[in-house]
Amino acid sequence: MAEPILRVSGLVAGYGGADVLRGLDMEVAPGEIVAVLGSNGVGKTTLNKTLSGVLRPRAGTIRFDGRDIHAQPPQDIVAAGLIHVPEGRKIFPDMSVRENLELGSYRRARANRSANLERVFQVFPRLRERTAQRAGTLSGGEQQMLAIGRGLMAEPRLLILDEPSLGLSPLLVEEMFGLVRTLNTDGLSILLVEQNVMQSLDLAHRAYVLENGAFVLSGQGADLARNPELEKAYLGL
Amino acid sequence: MFAPDIILAAVLNGLMTGAVYALTAVGLTLVYGVLHIINFAHGAILTAAMFAAYFAWKAGIDPYIAVFGLAPLFFGAGYAVQRYVIGPSSHGEDRNILLVTLGLSIVIENALLAGFRSDTRTIDVPYGFSVIDLGFTFLSVPRVVAFGASCAAAALLWGILTRTDTGKAIRAVAKEKLGASLVGIDVAHVYAVTFGLGAACLAVAACLLLPTFYVHPRVGNAYVLVAFTIVVLGGMGSVPGALIGGLFIGVVESLSGLFLGESLGQIGIFLIFILVLLVRPTGLFGARA
Repeated sequence: MAEPILRVSGLVAGYGGADVLRGLDMEVAPGEIVAVLGSNGVGKTTLNKTLSGVLRPRAGTIRFDGRDIHAQPPQDIVAAGLIHVPEGRKIFPDMSVRENLELGSYRRARANRSANLERVFQVFPRLRERTAQRAGTLSGGEQQMLAIGRGLMAEPRLLILDEPSLGLSPLLVEEMFGLVRTLNTDGLSILLVEQNVMQSLDLAHRAYVLENGAFVLSGQGADLARNPELEKAYLGL
Repeated sequence: MFAPDIILAAVLNGLMTGAVYALTAVGLTLVYGVLHIINFAHGAILTAAMFAAYFAWKAGIDPYIAVFGLAPLFFGAGYAVQRYVIGPSSHGEDRNILLVTLGLSIVIENALLAGFRSDTRTIDVPYGFSVIDLGFTFLSVPRVVAFGASCAAAALLWGILTRTDTGKAIRAVAKEKLGASLVGIDVAHVYAVTFGLGAACLAVAACLLLPTFYVHPRVGNAYVLVAFTIVVLGGMGSVPGALIGGLFIGVVESLSGLFLGESLGQIGIFLIFILVLLVRPTGLFGARA
């Protein structure tokens, strides 16, 4: 495996008196799709928040693109090219679609803003039709497109997608996973954090299964899909 | 009943007062909209700005010139206070920010009181009593200037909020703090810029008020009470609401002064305040809760 773009070692993080993540080790290689799977409340979103600097880790290191980033504030992590598309989209509801996308390049790739805007519109033609519309009035699927588009505006070196399929119709979920594959084919490294196990394993090169703040299983996507331990781990049986 | 031209004159006068009200309210509503706190130091900052303008005049600088120095100065001071005092001392708790701004207002007011006593000071500028003759009424030149400059300041602020990346970042943080962090917006910086903009609006208002008003260590409070009414009327956090609300409140005050007598002019403002709370608590431009 090439030198990983993301290497997490011994990561511990939590809120208040409780540790949510209890010592995680993981890697993402350049050009890889890595899935982190787990049911609600196992720490997936906490992991993402820690990676993007919103939450300070209590112990462990996060190395991204050759630099330690675990003590850096979110804006420096964005500047380095680790872009997190959060669960629940977190778009700016009162601002237009165009303004949302423009803010995607607030910290990074600002010089290429107009070219990247064009690129995002090619990926999501639906957004082009709605540039002046208030983001809060978009449908759920369109909001998810906007959130991913906003992430792409920063020319990510690694894109974290937190539950991109959440709340979408099966057809849209299919479309979303197809999009992830396309983005990856173009060379983008992706960390896909999902509840949607089978589709994620089908897509990902490798996957980690998170349970109670620790990885209980990991391996190649296809191997994991056949592993009887998966169901046990995932369902907490 | 009054003749129509007297009423028209009252409306014009009200609009001119209202523009300055709007400017004091817009800073308050902006800080509320972004930091989600009522800035209790708002009045004290206005007072401090009026003292600054007063001493600039003592040093030979006309308030209309001083504004170009004081607005950036107060922006910087507001930025620093939020970034290095209010922000760090709040530890992320909104109610702490509330207390810190309240404490700040006490410190500023009493420092001014200790330094300059409770004397009422006025300045004497050559254009202080100049008027423009409209035929049916006279308009005071300093008030016309205040109207024009307030509108210009509001337009500038609007331009910043809608056209610049920093302005868009302010609007983004106001509604979606986590999303803003994740596109790389430094939230602490945006908070400080917002607070600085609020203070700069007050510095402009202070320079516009000074030629026709007086200064003493509690002068800002009268304006802040009105500003608070405007913020509620316009919708908490709404900049257009504060601008239109300010003009409206100015006219209400002027007309109720005309009909009820000068000393009762402010009754109209508080009647409107109570009515808004009863009928439309979200304000004219407020988002539904």
